[in-house]
Amino acid sequence: MPAEPPITLRSELDQVGVDTMLAELDRELIGLVPVKTRIREIASLLLIERVRKKMGLSGAFPTLHMCFTGNPGTGKTSVALRMAGILHRLGLSRRGHLVSVTRDDLVGQYIGHTAPKTKEILKKAMGGVLFIDEAYYLYRAENERDYGQEAIEILLQVMEQQRDDLVVILAGYGDRMDKFFDSNPGFRSRIAHHIDFPDYQDEELLAMAELMLREQNYHFTADARAAFVRYIALRRTQPRFSNARSIRNALDRIRLRQANRLVKDPDRLLTPEDIMSIDTPDILASRVFAPAPPPAP
Amino acid sequence: MRITQGCFSFLPDLTDAQIGKQIQYCLDQGWAVNIEFTDDPHPRNTFWEMWGLPMFDLADSAAVMLELGQCRRTYGERYIRLSAFDSSHGWESVKISFIVNRPKQEPGFRLERQEADSRNIRYTTSAYVADRPEGERYGG
Repeated sequence: MPAEPPITLRSELDQVGVDTMLAELDRELIGLVPVKTRIREIASLLLIERVRKKMGLSGAFPTLHMCFTGNPGTGKTSVALRMAGILHRLGLSRRGHLVSVTRDDLVGQYIGHTAPKTKEILKKAMGGVLFIDEAYYLYRAENERDYGQEAIEILLQVMEQQRDDLVVILAGYGDRMDKFFDSNPGFRSRIAHHIDFPDYQDEELLAMAELMLREQNYHFTADARAAFVRYIALRRTQPRFSNARSIRNALDRIRLRQANRLVKDPDRLLTPEDIMSIDTPDILASRVFAPAPPPAP
Repeated sequence: MRITQGCFSFLPDLTDAQIGKQIQYCLDQGWAVNIEFTDDPHPRNTFWEMWGLPMFDLADSAAVMLELGQCRRTYGERYIRLSAFDSSHGWESVKISFIVNRPKQEPGFRLERQEADSRNIRYTTSAYVADRPEGERYGG
């Protein structure tokens, strides 16, 4: 091993810009601690890998295939979209584009249709990230002649042989992904990073709501904020709660009600503040606060 | 006799890394890359057979290299060329084509002289391999 000037990690950090990237991630994504931790780990690995290369210690290209599991609305798709950019900046993905597909894009309708279709998608995703949403639909246990199995085999082959050309990210609800992996054990072992997305806490959801409102140039009044805190707590106990997605939908409805409230009084002089602020009645009109449970759809 | 047609054909054969870089250039220009093969080396044979479909919407050369690898496995003893098609309005034509694979043995061409009327001579060339039926030339 030849004598080399010692390398500090600081210079490497600055070169890759990992710090700014992670700070940006912290700012733009609320909560999601396990995800951020894993990205940090991957970034660190890359950093060490660069240093190792400079010292002449070769290492294999790290396996980056990932699987995101979690309840509805916990940000799996948003993170996957972001992941392509992150890996690109870390130099682990050459083009940094994302190809987002579901079962329909991979599995054909008749014999001999699946392989070209799957290959086409894989080729499009080369150099970037292939994101397979609701991956468990690929495998249908109830039909043994289903073409999904063929797509899975091609996928596994490429995931194994062209690890440096393509990163595959699977996403889906936790329990169904577990079942999927049980019937395709080879899949689980080829994925290095299994990341579970936790449900958001109430305060995280509130922060998210305020962030979403700010992006659309709205804001809560102080009373409305308190009402929304109650809204989140109540909404959580109701069926079909899907985390951030529920919040986004709630905000959309609240904006409708606010618009309606303003339209009802057309002679009033409006200030920008009136237009931007969301008041308590807009929130309290929600059926979540209704005393009787809503009728089943 | 070494066939020279398309770009780079007077250079030594391109390595895979060099081919990859050329492909990446094509993709970066927004051209669709095609793989074509033939066992008829005559220069007037411009329409070669296509390996699969034209590859639109690719981002990275690894995808074309994957297909090229498969084409070589099947037709390693034939000529394989890449061509890149520019679909933008006003062009709609092939912008570049170059040979990426050739048979180990290239027997070359025979020159035929035909004695025509009043002591005129007509010349034509034909490939030695073209004497054999398609698919049985170049031993593969």
